[in-house]
Amino acid sequence: MSDETPPRRVVVTGPPRLATRASASGRRDIDEQTALGETYMRSLMRTQLRLGLAVLALVIIPLATLPALWALAPGVGRLTIGPVPLPWLVLGVLVYPVLVLVGWRYVRQAERNEAEFERIVSRQ
Amino acid sequence: MSSSGPALAVGAIVASVLAAVLIGAFGNRVSRTPSDFYVASRSVSPGLNASAIGGEYLSAASFLGVAGLVLAFGVDMLWYPVGYTVGYLLLLVLVAAPLRRSGAFTLPDFAQGRLGSTRVRAAATTLVVVIGWLYLVPQMQGAGVTLRAVVGAPTWVGVLTVGLVVLLAVAGGGMRSITLVQAFQYWLKLVAITVPVFFLVVAWRADGSPDPLSPSPPEFGERTTVTVQDTAVLTVDAPVTVRASGTVDDTAVSGPLRLDVGGHDVEAGTELVFPPGSAVPGVAGAPSLTGSEWGYPLSNGQSEPLYRVYSLMVALFFGTMGLPHVLVRFYTNPDGRAARRTALTVLGLVGIFYLAPPIYGALGRLYTPELLLTGRTDAVVLTLPGVLVGGLGGQLLGAVVAAGAFAAFLSTSSGLVLSVAGVLSQDVLGRRERSPRRAFRMATTVAVIVPVVLALAGQSLGVANMVGLAFAVAASSFCPLLLLGIWWPRLTATGALAGLALGGGLAATSVLVTILLGPTDGWGGALLAQPAAWSMPLAFLVMVVVSLLTSREIPTGVRRIMVRLHTPESLDLDRGANLTGRGGRWP
Repeated sequence: MSDETPPRRVVVTGPPRLATRASASGRRDIDEQTALGETYMRSLMRTQLRLGLAVLALVIIPLATLPALWALAPGVGRLTIGPVPLPWLVLGVLVYPVLVLVGWRYVRQAERNEAEFERIVSRQ
Repeated sequence: MSSSGPALAVGAIVASVLAAVLIGAFGNRVSRTPSDFYVASRSVSPGLNASAIGGEYLSAASFLGVAGLVLAFGVDMLWYPVGYTVGYLLLLVLVAAPLRRSGAFTLPDFAQGRLGSTRVRAAATTLVVVIGWLYLVPQMQGAGVTLRAVVGAPTWVGVLTVGLVVLLAVAGGGMRSITLVQAFQYWLKLVAITVPVFFLVVAWRADGSPDPLSPSPPEFGERTTVTVQDTAVLTVDAPVTVRASGTVDDTAVSGPLRLDVGGHDVEAGTELVFPPGSAVPGVAGAPSLTGSEWGYPLSNGQSEPLYRVYSLMVALFFGTMGLPHVLVRFYTNPDGRAARRTALTVLGLVGIFYLAPPIYGALGRLYTPELLLTGRTDAVVLTLPGVLVGGLGGQLLGAVVAAGAFAAFLSTSSGLVLSVAGVLSQDVLGRRERSPRRAFRMATTVAVIVPVVLALAGQSLGVANMVGLAFAVAASSFCPLLLLGIWWPRLTATGALAGLALGGGLAATSVLVTILLGPTDGWGGALLAQPAAWSMPLAFLVMVVVSLLTSREIPTGVRRIMVRLHTPESLDLDRGANLTGRGGRWP
């Protein structure tokens, strides 16, 4: 039985035009700009843009809330931790490690997205 | 400062400049091929590259300006370093990898390659030059402030020194040597600003840890002689008797003078000696603030403080990605992944640096309040070690800080001049001058001379303030061009052109009005001095609407370009050609 199976599989996996180059079908779709290739590209760009905008929102929304908060409730801007007023602590110190942490998580996720894309379009 | 202080400081500055020149000369021997010269063959290691980017990014605005603004205006000014850092995060998240993958050398290359239009290229070239010069002027003025503060040299000495060194470094070495020089300068700057902080804090604690937020306006700790540099109106809140020589309230005086509560006109060159414990009068540009006005948000007396803070946030968050000297650095990464990792490292390097300047600003309020009166708050980083630590130690620390400040002017100016000269030689002189190397050297000369002249002629708005204006123009022009160009395939040349012209043009105009007429109060002044909050969304809107109206113009190769920008290099795909515009003629 094992003698008969391999030739049949070749017939089933795809039409002969795909076998002319050793390239994966997804990559070929992108190179030839087929509808499927466009879908691959759109999904990659969407995933990466969504990730970028999520990071943007995560950083900008809390930061942009601060001045409004301090304007509407001046008391909050006058809270102190020990001798140091809260705004000095937040803007002078705390914000930097948070930014680096967010950046690090972003780089990891962006690379994962690319690896996933690579896996999908390289699939035979 | 006693006699050996200036000598030490000059020695340290000369040593830092010499080190830069030597490293540059050493690097020059390795730069042989055209691409070596301009983009260092993209063979720079990520750690070295990140240090170089950090070195280039931390300008006079970061090294001197932030502390000066904090001293004068208090906690609201902390948005400057926060904005510079968040701007870098946005660059990482939205631009870094696709831009590296584009293969473009410069912003005009990207614009033309992406949109296939020479008109967009010309607009981008103009904007690179405008933003570059707007950013160079305060670097040069910062050098003038530094030499004046440490050795009492006239302002033009510092301006010309930086101009000359940068001219020699850029025309001689190109990017490869600049990379080494700037990596060195990052670490020099970090050491120069952080090491003195430890000594300053120890001295401050030994002094009984006085609170910078103490309720009263700052006082002169000891008998203080102030020479008023520019004619000013001093606002006195409590009557004080000073010794004056010069002209006060249109009357020549020499000897004791009682200043009553109210405003007093003081002519330039007048010398005032204040007794210990007297309150520091306010002047325009550095109002006399109580501890809580200075230490708590939105109360520093500037008009429309909330609008100003938000507009500053927009300018700094979105302007960083549009700075020509920041972008050119990304082409030195081997691929998109490396570009991201480099940007992340830079974020860390920049963040560490920004912990220090606010401390100088806060301690300056206690120990160097006379800077408020002379309007030279940008000098606080340089002056504070000598005053607070004192003695030989203080002089040594002052010398270290002065060397770091010069590293800041040199590194940022070199990067900016390189970018401006790059586009000038390629797009303006390259057409007439047949030898690319000669064109690049001519372009470098022009790129240096114009900001030197502007720095000598123009009035100073404060280093960080001027740099903020350059960010506002970048946020209103290159930011929408890059974001839409990278993420929105339907951007058209006409749309980009309309957005660049309207957003960049209006932002640049209001910035120029602010520089030429000086800052004004009220809503009009706030809208002109901080244009980004309206000009940046306007640029986006115009680009999108005009692109939708001209959708027939969408370039045919745009899908292939999107493949180039967004797919990892490890995938074997047809990516078309690099986005190098007209093919990149590099020296």
